[in-house]
Amino acid sequence: MIVDSSSPAPAKKSLLLSSEADLQRTQTPYVTGTSVIAIKYKDGILIAADMGGSYGSTLRYKNVERIRPVGKHSLIGASGEISDFQEILRYLDELILNDSMWDDGNSLGPKEVHNYLTRVMYNRRNKFNPLWNSLILGGVKNGQKYLGTVNMIGVHYEDNHVATGFGNHLARPILREEWNENLTFEEGVKLLEKCMRVLLYRDRSAVNKLQIAKITDEGFTISQPYSLKTQWKFKAFENPTVGAEGSW
Amino acid sequence: MDLNSGDLNSPLSTGTTIIGVTYNGGVVLGADSRTSTGMYVANRASDKITQLTDNVYLCRSGSAADTQTISDYVRYFLHQHTIQLGQPTTVKVAANLVRLLAYNNKNMLQAGLIVGGWDKYEGGKIYGVPLGGTIIEQPFAIGGSGSSYLYGFFDQAWKEGMTQEEAEQLVVKAVSLAIARDGASGGVVRTVTINSEGVARKFYPGDSLPLWHEELEPHESLLDILSTSNPEPMVS
Repeated sequence: MIVDSSSPAPAKKSLLLSSEADLQRTQTPYVTGTSVIAIKYKDGILIAADMGGSYGSTLRYKNVERIRPVGKHSLIGASGEISDFQEILRYLDELILNDSMWDDGNSLGPKEVHNYLTRVMYNRRNKFNPLWNSLILGGVKNGQKYLGTVNMIGVHYEDNHVATGFGNHLARPILREEWNENLTFEEGVKLLEKCMRVLLYRDRSAVNKLQIAKITDEGFTISQPYSLKTQWKFKAFENPTVGAEGSW
Repeated sequence: MDLNSGDLNSPLSTGTTIIGVTYNGGVVLGADSRTSTGMYVANRASDKITQLTDNVYLCRSGSAADTQTISDYVRYFLHQHTIQLGQPTTVKVAANLVRLLAYNNKNMLQAGLIVGGWDKYEGGKIYGVPLGGTIIEQPFAIGGSGSSYLYGFFDQAWKEGMTQEEAEQLVVKAVSLAIARDGASGGVVRTVTINSEGVARKFYPGDSLPLWHEELEPHESLLDILSTSNPEPMVS
């Protein structure tokens, strides 16, 4: 029975108990978060995610904060298994703490945190015991904006706009069309909200309660939870099967 | 996604209804009392609300063996922690210990837990620890197979800042509703109320619970109905 796991790669098992079941590893996710989307904008990075924690098809938890600060310069957004995200936050906490204890005036920037996460995720994947998440890591240090992503199999890259889960299919095409590097804060928020609304219509695990976070050289803010209006008053929606009874 | 909130037909599991609710001043924990092995009710009066410390209790759902073992370990650790700390543990610490066991052994365990208690720093608190070992602080939590029938009920009936009486009534009503529809839940309703004054256990036997749709008043025998009602009660 393992009580404490104090390293990113908990390889040590209790000598008293070595179970067959554990040797097969590779879990199944239970409580999961859906898409996270993020863009670079004029002053920094904007990240959006809803506050849902699904349990299979049940929308079980509606107050899960899936965007969190990391140190002074970064924000992390996560989709996938929430318990694994909570563990990742603990590893990051330890990373930042140890970095701060050097007391050398330097602090880890987003690129370095992203690299650390990549190593953690890839090494767990190699042991067939992944952290079941897709992560987005964005931040600004000394005026340099950085936005990257890494997932449970260790695939990682950086770009001007990134998304996880359904966001890859629904949000990225919109971002490809409408993103430009001079977006103001207002334009960026409107763009992300446009994507989040599409996800709300088309992703079954989406929940209408979201947060948008911003990080610039000055610092970060994570918005209070809020909901988006949705449009249902289309003529075509009112009697869609007139003329084709039995259709949908 | 294939998901089972506790395989109802697996060996000795607590197909269950468990609830934890905060109110102004503390928490109320509630549960049914049915433990089943497959289709047989192994224990019709089990106690699924287990004590971890004087001020923190645990509602257990899922595998009975797994949850009993987790609670034994946590009680053992918390006992030592209390001695070393020199004062009662906080609910948060207890919940995190539960989380550690649930998370680090996630491949082997089938345990859905609700940790509830009262401490002098934060007052009454409820923490859910579902399958997988996520920890989530909530104003109220529901769990077990019977909880499926309660999501809508709580969406409508839950309010912030209830009194102790309101909270207890809500919990009893909810467990009773779940028992009515979930075959894996039944028996009596047990509640544990924890606040600054201490802990109070209450017991609501099955026949004292309200009747729901298509449920009838219980009688000792048909003969009693026959004797009290009109001359021709047996219609053909």
